Amino acid sequence: MYAIVAGGGKVGANVTRSLLTMGHEVTLVEQRRDRFEQLEAELGPVVLAGDATEIHILERAGIARPPDIVLAVTGDDEDNIVIAQIAQDGYHVPKVIARVNDPRNQGHFDLLGVTRTLCATSGLLGLVEHEVPEHGLVKLLELRREGLEVVELQVAPESPAAGKRVAGLSLPDDVRLVSITRNGVAEVAGLDTVIRPGDQVIAILKPGLEDRLRKALVG
Amino acid sequence: MNAVIVGCGRVGSGVAKQLAEEGWDVTCIDEDEGALARLGEWRGGFVVGHGMDLDVLVRAGIASADAAVVATNGDNTNVVVGQVIQRLYSPACVVVRVLDPRRAAFYAERGLRTVCPTQTAIATLTDVVRSCEASVL
Repeated sequence: MYAIVAGGGKVGANVTRSLLTMGHEVTLVEQRRDRFEQLEAELGPVVLAGDATEIHILERAGIARPPDIVLAVTGDDEDNIVIAQIAQDGYHVPKVIARVNDPRNQGHFDLLGVTRTLCATSGLLGLVEHEVPEHGLVKLLELRREGLEVVELQVAPESPAAGKRVAGLSLPDDVRLVSITRNGVAEVAGLDTVIRPGDQVIAILKPGLEDRLRKALVG
Repeated sequence: MNAVIVGCGRVGSGVAKQLAEEGWDVTCIDEDEGALARLGEWRGGFVVGHGMDLDVLVRAGIASADAAVVATNGDNTNVVVGQVIQRLYSPACVVVRVLDPRRAAFYAERGLRTVCPTQTAIATLTDVVRSCEASVL
């Protein structure tokens, strides 16, 4: 596989190291001169000096081949959006993943068609919420491109679902219960699975149905 | 007619003053409050903030703007903010400054109205040389 990694910060450098170890061909593009020299001393000719938002630099990195994947992981969200747009729209790179530095910019990535994104801050917050579920419902995974999300809820003692079979719940059409964890043991949810207070339920649903799912399971 | 100018540097402030003189209601956005000084005696609006922040754009009146000019000192910020404004608020006119000719052409091909001062300088300078050559001949 051939990968272009744009941005040689911690994320870009570590991903490059891992991809090289796995035997893949990589070009890492880094703009800052001192950082470039550091990386070149370590990684050799796979590192290219330049601004990856300039098309001629991307061309020198081999964007026209095109690569199998482009990772836009600079520390600047606008740069990452531009790199991703040039790669997907200009060179039809089959897979482009962009890093979201500031979670407030996530909407811009979505709006401008950069659908495969990774945001460390949101991921971390998700994990925190997973440990401290305050709102009764935690988003575990967002499949933006597919228009689906995976969430987790805890069944409350006074929940309308407590004691009912999954088949007997009044859930919206685009919601499916996936698994139920009770006393640390998980099982795949079937139609006959009975919901108990305290159960951790994982569900897959279309975005926008969270409140109806919460009402059905938490109350 | 209402205009929002994102980036109140030399270019943005110049456009703002020109439009205001021609009777437009103009609001400028800049991260640096000091940029207000570039506008001289300014009767228009001024919002301190970043163009990537939708709240800032809304406070500047983007929802009812007829025109938006995006001219910060960052090409990538300009093309991103320009596209976001175009898609979310679709004012009649969105124009974006892009210094890099190839990026300007790339986004122009995809429906963004870009202005590339570098390309203009190249064309003008070349024309001047051509006309000197003609007069020498």
